Amino acid sequence: MNSVLETSVTDCHPASVPDYSPIPELRDLQLQRLQSVVTRAWRQVKLFHSRMDERGLAPEDIRSLEDIAKLPFTEKGDLRDTYPFGLFASPMKDVVRLHASSGTTGKPIVVAYTQEDVDVWTSVLVRCFAGCGLHRGDIIQIAYGYGLFTGGLGAHYGAEGLGATVVPTSVGHADRQIMLMKDFGVTAMCCTPTYFLHLIERAAELGVNLKKLPLRAGVFGAEPWTESMRKHIEDASRIEAFDIYGLSEIIGPGVGCECRMHQGLHIFEDHFYPEIVDAATGAPLPDGIEGELVLTTLSKQAMPMIRYRTRDITMLLPGRCECGRTLRRIGRIGRRSDDMLIIRGVNVFPSQVESALLQIEGTLPHYQIVLIREQELDQMEVQVEVTPQMFNDKIGALQGLYERLQNALDHVLGIRVRVALVEAHTIERSQGKAKRVIDRRTS
Amino acid sequence: MKIQQLSLFAENKPGHIASPARLLAQECIDIRALYLADTERYGIVRMVVSDWERAAELLEAHGFVVKVTEVLAVEVPDRPGGLADVLGALDGTCINIEYMYAFPYSRSEQAILIFRFADPDAAIARLQTVGINLLASEELLNI
Repeated sequence: MNSVLETSVTDCHPASVPDYSPIPELRDLQLQRLQSVVTRAWRQVKLFHSRMDERGLAPEDIRSLEDIAKLPFTEKGDLRDTYPFGLFASPMKDVVRLHASSGTTGKPIVVAYTQEDVDVWTSVLVRCFAGCGLHRGDIIQIAYGYGLFTGGLGAHYGAEGLGATVVPTSVGHADRQIMLMKDFGVTAMCCTPTYFLHLIERAAELGVNLKKLPLRAGVFGAEPWTESMRKHIEDASRIEAFDIYGLSEIIGPGVGCECRMHQGLHIFEDHFYPEIVDAATGAPLPDGIEGELVLTTLSKQAMPMIRYRTRDITMLLPGRCECGRTLRRIGRIGRRSDDMLIIRGVNVFPSQVESALLQIEGTLPHYQIVLIREQELDQMEVQVEVTPQMFNDKIGALQGLYERLQNALDHVLGIRVRVALVEAHTIERSQGKAKRVIDRRTS
Repeated sequence: MKIQQLSLFAENKPGHIASPARLLAQECIDIRALYLADTERYGIVRMVVSDWERAAELLEAHGFVVKVTEVLAVEVPDRPGGLADVLGALDGTCINIEYMYAFPYSRSEQAILIFRFADPDAAIARLQTVGINLLASEELLNI
């Protein structure tokens, strides 16, 4: 399968060779793998078999990649409904690892891996790290949570597979994270972007200048983050910040990652087939049009996912990346279809609040959205921590700051929200994914 | 002549001044002058303390956002017209007062005016020319 291909890239890690496959070969490989995974799921997974039957479909109806649109979608609810093992396509004796998501409602969702799946997962993470310019000799600190969450162990195996030195700190204990970054000469950090913001802030308090450390790259994911947040991180710590994408249902981190061009995230298409569909109708959308990302695992053994609705809103970017990879790219994910808040009938995304706040010079993104209901009307309050950079001891200047925040939010969101300036360190810091929205509406 | 004043950001909620005051008390730092500027939602606590560097460090270590600003302390007789005399000295100059607050002290029948000027150096020169007494920080602390 992974025939050694001629490539002009000389500094390429051996695992990254498939990143540069000629497109016709890649499409042939995808079709062959799609047919095989559909057949496997149809044979082994009852839910998928019955949904194929309902549509009068059999695996041999998949004759081209376009035929994927005939297949039924899989949704998060399907994983919950079949909890814990209902979507497994391998017997338990072949499953070497189980992970589970933190279920916010009811039962968690469970995902399974055979040894082959773990090896694929490791290989895509090696390709992510190599694409970020990391290699043997780098010291990579993994501050994603280790445990049932896929982030920590996924990144860990990938970094080891790359040949780097791994510092498996997991999440939490910011002071110790900073001490190890400094004392071990860590060159790359893996964590959520909001946790890294927390480390930047804490390092400043401890008098540690991140700009003077050997740290040169950050591989940040597990939550949507913005271009302005990247600029803030890069300015504050003098590193190159990369966006990595993944989800447990598909494999964990490593479904896609930015290369050094930072022009979207390459999807490891030889293992994960991307489509963009209209979130409301499910109809396929062309490249360059924003919609919901749908992914199909092409090589997963233990738990194949056919047309999984990710709820992430993005687009497939047209054209080729200057880095030379033939892998298609998705735009950075700024929002999820299920993050959307409806305030007095207007759709609002937390990412819009963030971009409005970041327009105001000197505003660090420590904020929280609180939703309340007053006299049958939804109210949104945006609480913003006052930082030393923003604070001025003249009332007029604070009032000016308040008004600038208010105007920026009104302008971006198109609705009137309340702004509250709050004291520093009063908004709870995230360890993993940031909790940006507190909903106190009782419906 | 310039005196370091600490300003804290505080939400306008019950108890939000008590905790910095308690912190300073525990470290035996004396608050010599205090003024609260507030709006409906938030306020600024401005104070002159006995050891501003230690106080600023302590408050910052406890998560407060602290700003150090330079102010001038003017001593005037505590009688009608005391303030008017000082302000009169500034008439016709370009010296702009950002804000001020005042407090009397009973033993010597004097009052202290704390000023934040946009240009403190110009203010010092002007006030000294007309013979108005500016207090050094040791003098203010030893009242």
